[in-house]
Amino acid sequence: MKQEGVNQAPKEERSTTYQRKFEKVNEIINRLGRSQSALIPILQEVQEEYRYLPEEILTYIATALGLSPASVFGVATFYAQFSLEAKGKYVIKVCDGTACHVRGSNPVLAAIKKRVNLTGDKKTTSDLRYTVETVSCLGACGLAPVLMINDKIYGQMTPEAINIILDQLEKEEAADE
Amino acid sequence: MNKEQLEQWKDQWRRGFEREKARILVCAGTGCVANGSLAVYEALKKEVEARGAYVTVDLLLEGEKTGVAVVKSGCHGFCEMGPLVRLEPSGILYTKVKAEDAAEIVEALLSGGEPVARLLYRHPLTGQVYEAEHQIPFYHNQQRTALAHCGQIDPEDIREYVADGGYEGLKKALTQMTPEEVCQEIIASGRRGRGGGGFPTGRKWDLTRIEKGPKKYVVCNGDEGDPGAFMDRSLMEGDPHRVLEGMAIAGYAIGADEGYIYVRAEYPLAVQRLKTAIAQAKEYGLLGQNILGTGFNFELKIKEGAGAFVCGEETALLASIEGRRGMPSPKPPFPAQSGLWGKPTLINNVETFANVAQIIVKGAAWFSSIGAENNTGTKTFAITGQVANTGLIEVPLGTTLRQVVFEIGGGIRGGKKFKAVQIGGPSGGCLTEEHLDLPLDFDSLKAAGAMIGSGGLVIMDENTCMVEVARFFMNFTQNESCGKCVPCREGTKRMLEILQRAVDGEGRPEDVDLLQELAEAVRDGSLCGLGKTAPNPVLTMLKYFKDEYIAHVVEKRCPAGVCSALKGYQIDPEKCKGCSKCARACPVQAISGELKKPYTIDQTKCIKCGACVTNCPFKAIKEG
Repeated sequence: MKQEGVNQAPKEERSTTYQRKFEKVNEIINRLGRSQSALIPILQEVQEEYRYLPEEILTYIATALGLSPASVFGVATFYAQFSLEAKGKYVIKVCDGTACHVRGSNPVLAAIKKRVNLTGDKKTTSDLRYTVETVSCLGACGLAPVLMINDKIYGQMTPEAINIILDQLEKEEAADE
Repeated sequence: MNKEQLEQWKDQWRRGFEREKARILVCAGTGCVANGSLAVYEALKKEVEARGAYVTVDLLLEGEKTGVAVVKSGCHGFCEMGPLVRLEPSGILYTKVKAEDAAEIVEALLSGGEPVARLLYRHPLTGQVYEAEHQIPFYHNQQRTALAHCGQIDPEDIREYVADGGYEGLKKALTQMTPEEVCQEIIASGRRGRGGGGFPTGRKWDLTRIEKGPKKYVVCNGDEGDPGAFMDRSLMEGDPHRVLEGMAIAGYAIGADEGYIYVRAEYPLAVQRLKTAIAQAKEYGLLGQNILGTGFNFELKIKEGAGAFVCGEETALLASIEGRRGMPSPKPPFPAQSGLWGKPTLINNVETFANVAQIIVKGAAWFSSIGAENNTGTKTFAITGQVANTGLIEVPLGTTLRQVVFEIGGGIRGGKKFKAVQIGGPSGGCLTEEHLDLPLDFDSLKAAGAMIGSGGLVIMDENTCMVEVARFFMNFTQNESCGKCVPCREGTKRMLEILQRAVDGEGRPEDVDLLQELAEAVRDGSLCGLGKTAPNPVLTMLKYFKDEYIAHVVEKRCPAGVCSALKGYQIDPEKCKGCSKCARACPVQAISGELKKPYTIDQTKCIKCGACVTNCPFKAIKEG
């Protein structure tokens, strides 16, 4: 097994995991500075590190920057990029900008949700593998409909192409392990 | 670094580039990269190397003999046909190139033979084949000034920009002009801001210049949030130095020594190219301290947005840079008086900065000779939707919609009928066939109820439902409303409900007047541009496609056949043989008729299950 789940770890070990968690945050804060204008870049890097913004870390950042927790939560909830819930390993952003919408982004979204078994308003699969969300525009309108998986853009999507891409992704993942 | 040094470099680098025997430019914009252009680049490089002809710019600059350079360029704008490969000096453009095509391309280039015919652009309607990029109607009818370098140079190499006359505008401004003269030149050019509002750029500069105070800021608004617009992304990715140069000139003109570029989080490639460009400009002393030995200092920083459409509004953008929630504040005070951290701040759009250096070098008269009266210069538009050629274009202001859609865009896909064009994204409106000869400029569009906005043009054909499109935009603005002022926060929500009802087949006849009244109230009562323009798609829909809306709410019918709740089934009397199979299959006895004569469906009984369609042996039953 690659890593032990935090929940099963003995108490002493858990507190060191915790310390390590804040060490990384401290490093980010020290590098970017403690002014309010650094808040958004700090949150961006923290999210990059943990794939979401854990609540205790937001309070920690607020204290470190001398801001009220409310104003840090305010910023974290204002911007669409930030998530207070854990995201999946693969974040699939389906573009629903005008160009993609008129060229059929809805069937593509439906196909992805069906493939990864997401129903209703749920955005992340319970095994934390996939998060599926819509974005307003990825700026690759010439290739509509488009989607982005982590940092890679895929253009001229069809419901059939989704299966090929995700098959490929899962194959690569299996090869990595 | 002083001004003579810039001249020397320019001459030296230009001579280096001139030694290239040929050059292969592979588009590395977001669109082409998504289509696999990086693999094409590697394959072409390998093929040229294998034939011993490969040469890098660095070797040429050291006086190496000649050879073929393979470089990555910015976006050509013709994303639909990507990955694109352009050859120089011949100007040949290959479309939809795959890595497997590399050997053939290089062979044809080195042997001086005929170009690879199957990769050339073929017009979808006329079938004509074009060799050179500039002959293709998509490019032929454009006039590229801001985008002049996009697709032509390597955006990650400052030497290419300088060799082509880059940073000469900055040199001229710093060494031959006073800040006031720079502002006057921009005023004389008649340039209006390209971010959407169309405020005269030079006046904005001068208003910031005359503010007193030791600290001022220049901010570049690269938060291109309008769905369907990507001109700023292409500029930042394809020619980042041009944006930096424009900002440095602005810094000199208003008396600022610090600037910020605010880029959307969704544009990682643009961020990376800008970072590279800033580092190179600093290395060569074109940004930073004592630029060109003139004593002028200018530092640039990049701020990445975090996904909020409202941050495209200038006061909200400034709040976001300061690390706060991106909410707009009332104006006045304008940013020119009290902007970033309360200091006088000049904030312009990416495209606005991109033309500045050319105006300084070529003069205001050159710029104002392009375009129309009060609407000088060119404007970039992103054409997308149901049009044959999608992509990024640049035309003089005053070009008609017809020219853009039919000459450059190549007409509607699949030979369908043009229905409408949505211009300016969720803040703009839709225009119809009767507007095809309307000149695209700030004032004409405003008079028609639309606006240039960022310049996104989404073309829609007869199969598009305008009510659904209005609902789509309202859903967008409602989501993106920051919630600060009541008319926008509540008004967009209620408008969305009304439109949703119409699309779901639950519309009420009184909704027609209610929607109109509400839209006007939101337009007149909102605090910032987002709320003031959010009703535009609804208002233009009610103005130009009222019949369609009434069909939804009164007749419960979607004329375009898009809204699934309003879909019904019709029997085509020409095809129906009267076999009665459908009537027997219908679970609710909604179909009746006489044997051997066309049957009919009673729409009030029909539950839209589709059983009749699958049972009809003659394909006589259609949705619609």
